[in-house]
Amino acid sequence: MSKYVMVIDQRRCIGCMACIVACKAENDVPEEHFRTRVIQEVEGQFPKLRMELRSELCNHCDNPPCVYNCPTGASYKDKETGMVLLKKNRCVGCKACIASCPYDARYIDPRHGYADKCTFCSHRVAKGKEPACVQTCIGRSRIFGDIEDPESEVSVLLREHHFEVLKPAAGTEPKVYYINRILKG
Amino acid sequence: MPISRRDFLKYTSIAAAGTAVSFSDAELFSHLFAITPESNEDVRYIPTYCEVCFWNCGAVAAVVDGKVKKLEGNPYDPRSRGKLCARGNAGIGELYDDDRLKHPMIRTGARGDGKYREASWDEALNYTAEKMIKIKNEYGPESVAFMMHGGITTHLMNLGKAFGSPNFGFPSYGQCRAARMVAYDLTYGADVGSPERVDMANSRVIVFFGTHLGENMHNSQVQDFTEALGNRAKIIVVDPRFSTAAGKADHWLPIRPGADMALMLAWINIIISEGLYDSEYVNKYTTGFDELKESVKEYTPEWASKETDLPADIIVETARELGRYAPSVCIHPGRFTAWHGNDTQRERCIAILGAILGTWGRKGGIYLASKAPLSGVAGMSYPVPSKVSIAKGPHHFAQPQLMQAVRRTTITADPYPIKGWVVAGTNILRAVPNPVKSIEAIMKLDLLVAIDIRPLDTAMMADVILPECTYLERHDSLKIDRGVSLSVGIRQPVVEPLYKSKAGWWICKELGNRLGVGEYFPYETYEGHIKKECSAMGIDYDELTRVGTKFYPGSDNPYITNENQPVFKTPSGKIELYSSQLAAQGFDPIPKYNRIEQPEKGWFRLLSGRSPVHSFSRTANNQKLFELFEENVLWLNARIASSMGIMDGQNIILVNSDNVRSEIIKAKVTQRIRNDCVYMVHGFGAKSRLLSRARGRGADDSRLMTRFVSDPISGSTGMRVNFVRIEKA
Repeated sequence: MSKYVMVIDQRRCIGCMACIVACKAENDVPEEHFRTRVIQEVEGQFPKLRMELRSELCNHCDNPPCVYNCPTGASYKDKETGMVLLKKNRCVGCKACIASCPYDARYIDPRHGYADKCTFCSHRVAKGKEPACVQTCIGRSRIFGDIEDPESEVSVLLREHHFEVLKPAAGTEPKVYYINRILKG
Repeated sequence: MPISRRDFLKYTSIAAAGTAVSFSDAELFSHLFAITPESNEDVRYIPTYCEVCFWNCGAVAAVVDGKVKKLEGNPYDPRSRGKLCARGNAGIGELYDDDRLKHPMIRTGARGDGKYREASWDEALNYTAEKMIKIKNEYGPESVAFMMHGGITTHLMNLGKAFGSPNFGFPSYGQCRAARMVAYDLTYGADVGSPERVDMANSRVIVFFGTHLGENMHNSQVQDFTEALGNRAKIIVVDPRFSTAAGKADHWLPIRPGADMALMLAWINIIISEGLYDSEYVNKYTTGFDELKESVKEYTPEWASKETDLPADIIVETARELGRYAPSVCIHPGRFTAWHGNDTQRERCIAILGAILGTWGRKGGIYLASKAPLSGVAGMSYPVPSKVSIAKGPHHFAQPQLMQAVRRTTITADPYPIKGWVVAGTNILRAVPNPVKSIEAIMKLDLLVAIDIRPLDTAMMADVILPECTYLERHDSLKIDRGVSLSVGIRQPVVEPLYKSKAGWWICKELGNRLGVGEYFPYETYEGHIKKECSAMGIDYDELTRVGTKFYPGSDNPYITNENQPVFKTPSGKIELYSSQLAAQGFDPIPKYNRIEQPEKGWFRLLSGRSPVHSFSRTANNQKLFELFEENVLWLNARIASSMGIMDGQNIILVNSDNVRSEIIKAKVTQRIRNDCVYMVHGFGAKSRLLSRARGRGADDSRLMTRFVSDPISGSTGMRVNFVRIEKA
């Protein structure tokens, strides 16, 4: 059993958006829809400013509301990998998952009518490869791996750094972790 | 699993050790892709190098039944190291863009009204050659000028020289790198190269003067920068705008635009007077230190503070940081260096700062170019033009590549007329400031030929349009990379050209045949030429086509050691802090500060830059990039916006000092810029009716640059001297 997670080291993200284009090319994501995005937030007043670059994607939650709210069983949590995935042939496009996701991670594929979202590139992972966004990440800001393996890079990073998840109060137990504490000095 | 930087270095060291490495296709690149072919599908992984921008990263295409499915970075290439940026990932969008130029076209309407008829290649090439020969017979071959940028350069330079013209224009020179190249050449006897040989991955301190690294996606350099961030290097960003790099900085210095030299000269003064410079290095490798010391005395931190709007104590603190961590300090020389018309001297300041900190040839500074020799096919000997090139303008130190000078002479016919332009792979109406002047010049021509992939605005002014195929469909010249190591990369077609488009080499060769200079293209296919070159270089051609990039064993010598001493090809053989060459031509041998004009109240200095997902105006129509960045917006300081009643996202129009009005552009109201300047990303405001996505999107910055100042030393075209006011649309 594995539990795949993504660590996003925000200190190394340069906002180049290579991840977004690679994801779209890898997964045949329809025009004007995205499985991942890069948020740019600036705080403060000139000239005292602070900027955060934050990649967002499906959090592959351990407690996934999209799965609980799916009336057809199309959305499910894969027991082998911990990924939240979708059986397209069971999806009726009711959007219950979209409504229940606190992370705005899903869309309806207009070509087929079913819901879709980041799969952690499960088809690549099954062949021992990293997700497309990780492979192309210019800053090595995205790191992917099995948190059940204590020697994996993600495990080591999460042991050694302060990290956060998005919207912890939603109780979804996300599996995308953010490292953003400035450790300089 | 993908190859990490560590693995990449391991590979290069295996290659460097000369160990025989033998790969099959599948072993080489299949690990990058997760393609499961249907039972009878043909899947191939073909390496090439990218041309969505000019970093030319090694890429690998996964081709399934003749269609490109996905592109990945070539892990064995030094410029991509297995990673492509957004643009590189979107290369398929260049190939499969339905708006591509599909067949040769000959103009039927008035110049500029966009009316064309389809022509065969034979007809279009005959038409072009006839007109070129007519100009040659009437005015001489010098009267045809060649403008280019990118993969086609090798072939078009060959054609132009064979034809007998000395007149070439590169927007990438005058509008980008000229000042830096000349300044480093004057100081060190060599440029810092392209890619610049900055050893940022090992730097303890990195300084950017308006260098928007990350927004100008120079792949391997951005990778090195993020390594530096991971290593907790100190980052100092000097920029009127809070750029992405500034967002990563320990010190963001929001300097008054145009005052950069005041800060640099004050830093030099502090570093010298506090004894923070590398005295051993300075004694051994430089000349003119005493003159420099004397010359910068007047530039105190207090004085610089008044010029730059930066606190004096921050100026002192940052100077001390440079001294403390020297020589592992990288003051990035920049790339888009054409700012205010005094650009060579500003770049000289950067070069001098680096020299007194001992950074050239030192870890974390500027590494030395690989000295490994590389033999090749002997070059052509071309006819000597009977007239001197006009493309230097009056600039003694410039290379004869100034597009501005070509345009000026085309308008004035002084000292002789320019009657034909062959423009390939560069959108002159965007790339050069003040497109009205470019159109004025174009209207004086007897012939405008455009060789391009896309129906960009300049192509749609041409008398004849010759559609080139994309980089994924053609062979091109070998990529020789003198980075840390010497390497050679190949560009080869991964699919057959679509529509009736043709490779640049084929177009130039066919034109050459019709111009009577066919002997300068002594090959049937360019592949044949590359094979010959490989054989002369001692490279196994078949291996190169499989691996994409070939390293030369033991060719790296990045740092100064007792055995590895730097050579400075200056008159003195040393780093010239005091430039004897500048003195001889009547310029300041040591940079002096001159204040530049500042905008009056209600006016703003126009700054422009890059988006990480676009290459100039070339990619605005690429669907995969368009959906991420459809149009540029105008960055405007929030306090100013509030006082003018302008809301974020509101439509506005800019009006410049010559009353030129911009297209409508949306305001981005932000804290991230000073209140005396505005900023937009370059390359938007396309007019071409054939660009279904890019047309009419955003505003054209070059249109507002009716004023520009040519740097007297290098001819670099300073474009940040234009002031604009804002009207609500």
